[in-house]
Amino acid sequence: MDLTLNWYLSLSAVLFTIGVLGVLLRRNVIVIFLSIELMLNAVNLTLVAFSQSFGDVSGQILVFFVMSVAAAEAAVGLAIVIALFRNKVTVNVDEISLFRG
Amino acid sequence: MELLVRLILLPPLLVAAFNGMMGLFAPGYRQREWLIGGLATAAVALPFAVTVSIFLGFHHEAEVVRYFTWLAAGDLQVDFAYRIDQLSLLMTLIVTGVGALIHLYSIGYMHKDPGYWRFFAYLNLFIFAMLNLVLAENLVVLFLGWEGVGLCSYLLIGFWYTDLKNSAAANKAFIVNRIGDFAFLVALFVIFAVVTDGREGVFGFDFTTLLAPETLALFGGGTTLLVVLLFFVGATGKSAQIPLFVWLPDAMAGPTPVSALIHAATMVTSGLYLLARLSPMVLQAPTAMATIAIVGALTALMAATIAITQNDIKKVLAYSTVSQLGFMFMAAGVGAFFVSIFHVMTHAFFKGCLFLGSGSVIHSMHHVEHELEHKGLIPPHHGPGAHDTPLDSEATQDPLRTNPLPYDGPFDAQDMRTMGGLRTFMPWTAGTFLVSTLAIAGLPPLAGFFSKDEILFKAFEFGLNDHAWAYLVWIVGIATALLTAVYMGRCYLLTFEGRPRWPDALDTKPHESPWTMTVPLVVLAVLSAVGGFLGLPAVLGESWIHHWLGAEYGGPVAEPVHELHVAHSTEWGLLGLGALIAVGGLFLAYVRWGRRGLDADASLRRRLGGVYRLWAGKYFVDELYDGAVVNPVVEGSRRGLAPFDQKGVDGAVNGLARSVAGLAGRLRGIQTGVVQTYALYVVLGVALVLGLMLFV
Repeated sequence: MDLTLNWYLSLSAVLFTIGVLGVLLRRNVIVIFLSIELMLNAVNLTLVAFSQSFGDVSGQILVFFVMSVAAAEAAVGLAIVIALFRNKVTVNVDEISLFRG
Repeated sequence: MELLVRLILLPPLLVAAFNGMMGLFAPGYRQREWLIGGLATAAVALPFAVTVSIFLGFHHEAEVVRYFTWLAAGDLQVDFAYRIDQLSLLMTLIVTGVGALIHLYSIGYMHKDPGYWRFFAYLNLFIFAMLNLVLAENLVVLFLGWEGVGLCSYLLIGFWYTDLKNSAAANKAFIVNRIGDFAFLVALFVIFAVVTDGREGVFGFDFTTLLAPETLALFGGGTTLLVVLLFFVGATGKSAQIPLFVWLPDAMAGPTPVSALIHAATMVTSGLYLLARLSPMVLQAPTAMATIAIVGALTALMAATIAITQNDIKKVLAYSTVSQLGFMFMAAGVGAFFVSIFHVMTHAFFKGCLFLGSGSVIHSMHHVEHELEHKGLIPPHHGPGAHDTPLDSEATQDPLRTNPLPYDGPFDAQDMRTMGGLRTFMPWTAGTFLVSTLAIAGLPPLAGFFSKDEILFKAFEFGLNDHAWAYLVWIVGIATALLTAVYMGRCYLLTFEGRPRWPDALDTKPHESPWTMTVPLVVLAVLSAVGGFLGLPAVLGESWIHHWLGAEYGGPVAEPVHELHVAHSTEWGLLGLGALIAVGGLFLAYVRWGRRGLDADASLRRRLGGVYRLWAGKYFVDELYDGAVVNPVVEGSRRGLAPFDQKGVDGAVNGLARSVAGLAGRLRGIQTGVVQTYALYVVLGVALVLGLMLFV
């Protein structure tokens, strides 16, 4: 059984969907954060898969960019989460929402 | 000349703006009465000086000063242009000369009024508008001034606006004037339609073009009649003639200097000025002229009969003004426009003097009133609760206040029945008032004799030249002249002669007014004594005013050509008749009111019965208008338009607002404030777009 492009794309779609559902449904900030990372990496997987399939290296270069931005974003995001936790002693998004519906 | 015209027009406008702005934004300025009044007076005295210098160097050649194009659209091109000619110069002299005197007078009269700055700002604005009216080179600039004086009149009648009566009088004046202004506008439209139809090139309502014979030839007989009648309707509004005269007596609610300046000397004569300016056109509409003369004669007679029955000194003078304006329209109607302007001038002198004199009297009677209030002889007028019901005079009908007075009702500083014997207390006011009373009564050789006699003479002459109706006008004029002498004699005698009639007259004494008020009185009295020599009748010498204004001597005021001339002997006879009437009327007044005082009124009322009630009720014209026009409009609005406004218009507006609010309330549910919900919407949106792209 060959590992065709479709397998990679399907896995990527499943991972991305899990990430979306995580962002939409979970209330824990850390988990939401992880889900965002999951989505980013699902996209990375797609990029790498296409890159390998088409024999074009630019997709893989783009992945490095994404990963470095994701790392910076994770650092900033986690810092915000820690600051929030120090103030509110919770990581539940429902309790730290400041918007009034 | 451009600079000079600027110097005439701009000072009143600038000082009006200055006093108004400073008074509005710098409350400390409001107390500086001498500065405010002095500036305002100077702003009218300077144009007067400039006009005098132009007048002295004038060589019978009209000059037009053009500043800029005001309106331009298609065939219409209206310039901001002013005309210096004999007529506008004479009117400007009257407006600025009498105006400056009345400004000076107001410095003393308005002393300690909280609206001092406002008063002078309005008064200067009025002078500016009036100068626009008389100096305009075209009908549109004239209309600007026409509306401007109406506005200032409104502002000044309602000057003491905290009293509802005054605001109502101001509204009445404004609304009635609007009726006339509407006719004026329609006349403008008709003129524009006719002239642009028959003539090439742009047209700007300028008098040079409009009054040229070839332009006047474009108007058919019917159109000329229509235009002149429409202008006359406009003039009846501004100059208080039947049927629109009702606002002028009510306009006396304003401060007395305003009554003198606006409602006697200047603004109300603008209708006459308009007719004199358009005299070549008016002369082409003989039917309209007959209408003008007859309406003027009726107004003169009607107002004179009302004036006999009035007790408020300002009301007597107001009806007298209406009556004298009727005289002027009689003159205009028989084609003697220069005589009407002559009477405008002499009337400005003696009626200005009479009004200022009455103001001086009222001023000192107010002091009497305050003194009596202080002594507790009459209840306070301005105390707490006094103003609760301004329209309900019964609220102030306290026995203490009414008992010592010779009539039922509260103490009224303007009522002649509380006056009497003021001559000994106010010699200057009494002397000047007497001179101008004799002048208006037509006693030779004072100003009123010459101008009134010339009007009657011209009516007679017009009758002689195949206009039989003019004899009727002449007879009415004679009767009115007699009545004038009677009611003015009564006014003087009740006010200044006899015994004092106010309560506690032995110890409560009125005082003569300050010099700022008496100086204008003396100047105007001198002018009303000698002003008549400017228009001597033909048998006595050369009429300066005829030579100055008349078209045959190069002036702007046209007049009809008469084939038949009145014989010299007849002319002497008419002069003698005029003098006889004046003396007779004054003698009659002396016999009745001079000897018997207020009893003469009572016996007159008894003897005339229903006629007297008709006169005292002012022919019930106000009641007629209330019943025929005002009440139906008010009731109709209340029954028909108010519900429509409340339910229809307001319902539509409020309903729209409510439905928007309801929709917004429902839409608000989407905005949960939870970021994840928004993310869900994004996802759903992406899914939708993707679904559409893949499957459709």
